[in-house]
Amino acid sequence: MNKLSIEINNKSFPEISGKAAFTTIKNLHFDVDNNEFVCIVGPSGCGKTTLLNIIAGLDEQYAGSIKADGTDNGIKTSYVFQTPRLLPWRTVLENIQLANENEDTPVTKIEELLHNLGLEKNLNSYPHHLSLGMQRRVALARAFCVQSDILLMDEPFVSLDQPTARKARTLLLELWQAKQRSVLFVTHDLNEAIEMADKILFLSESPSSVIDEIRVNAPRAERTPDMVATFKGQLKNTRQHLAHLI
Amino acid sequence: MPRSSFLNSTLSLGLLLLIWQVTAVLVASAVLPTPFEVLSNLNSSVQSGELQHHLGITLYRLTISFCLAMFLGIAIGLILGRQQKTNAFFDSWLIILLNVPALVTIILCYIWFGLIETAAIFAVVINKLPNVIVTIREGARNLDEELIQMAKAYRFGRLKTLAHVIMPQLYPYIMASARTGLALIWKIVLVVEMLGRSDGMGYQIHLFFQLFDITSILAYTVSFIVVIQLIEMAILKPLDKKSQRWK
Repeated sequence: MNKLSIEINNKSFPEISGKAAFTTIKNLHFDVDNNEFVCIVGPSGCGKTTLLNIIAGLDEQYAGSIKADGTDNGIKTSYVFQTPRLLPWRTVLENIQLANENEDTPVTKIEELLHNLGLEKNLNSYPHHLSLGMQRRVALARAFCVQSDILLMDEPFVSLDQPTARKARTLLLELWQAKQRSVLFVTHDLNEAIEMADKILFLSESPSSVIDEIRVNAPRAERTPDMVATFKGQLKNTRQHLAHLI
Repeated sequence: MPRSSFLNSTLSLGLLLLIWQVTAVLVASAVLPTPFEVLSNLNSSVQSGELQHHLGITLYRLTISFCLAMFLGIAIGLILGRQQKTNAFFDSWLIILLNVPALVTIILCYIWFGLIETAAIFAVVINKLPNVIVTIREGARNLDEELIQMAKAYRFGRLKTLAHVIMPQLYPYIMASARTGLALIWKIVLVVEMLGRSDGMGYQIHLFFQLFDITSILAYTVSFIVVIQLIEMAILKPLDKKSQRWK
């Protein structure tokens, strides 16, 4: 896949039990290039999770299209949810294998990946016996083991404490550099987005659309907290219409 | 030091036997035999092979109707729990089935299908089925949608989702309906046998009732209780243990 084009003309939720009908996404268009790391930033409740669910094929009630290289054949996604969503009655290894079965990834590959994530001692542990940070790493491993066109991530590090989250971000970038693929990373934290992204998309309030697109060109090794702060300061001065998101 | 559970249950059962013995001696009547009389009666029924024959037939009916009721109940309960519209439509059927007295369904089955084995088993299944459906439906309503979404996002497919995502969540509900089901089914099987079969525990107990042979009635009951306990210890408990190991 060279280019993924996402065009969502309209996504609304019908009226349910007194709650009025609600249009969450309107005329939202963007492209993701091959192996590009795209971050999506937007106010809470603007339909970021809905957007990922549409791309993952979990939500089919929308007007628009998701096209890979201009064709409509459907894309393969892997998804890291806000919560780890591991099956509690299956071990770490089984959880990853279950997501993988169609593709016959050899066990040694999974073990190697888990080793890189520092989980080599927990192959046969049940998720209940792991900390939240470890469970998130397992979810990350699951997503990377599956061959997919694009990796969707929905605020995957949201309830981790700062040092753990920083470590998780470094791990994610390492994994991504080792196993290149397109990534769509939703976050509400602009610092996180500047640290990780090739390209940042800013969404408006609901009904949401893309209001701006900013490229971050600095090499990732140079994205220190100072650099992120400077970058944010520049954004604040040059892009007045994004002020509420910065 | 806490007493072991084995010692505890032995003591408790011993006390029950003691109360029985004392009462029987005090009453000193043919309607309440002592535990020893019951035991020797049990022994002679086993020697003659009569008990094994009737117990075997009853257990066979129990197994078939239990498996049928559980299988159908899980399938229907799952569908009703997952599909609101179907559930709304069939809900009244379920309430009717739940409330028809067991005796009525048994007699109707015998009248409509004749005094045959199929009618007997069908009657038991019809009596048990609605209870399984109601329990499993409750479980199906409480399934974790997030895990089901995860299964869809990773393209698990129907069978894999059922085996690895849905069934483990239904497990406590299945076990609950299996336990109450076993207790209910064996009571109904006995009534079914009493009304329209010429073998099995129910038939024998009816026969003993007409002969006023209370010792034999109690002997058969004791043997049945032992079998049910064995099922609980040898099948249900180990299953429970195995499925809980991830907790």
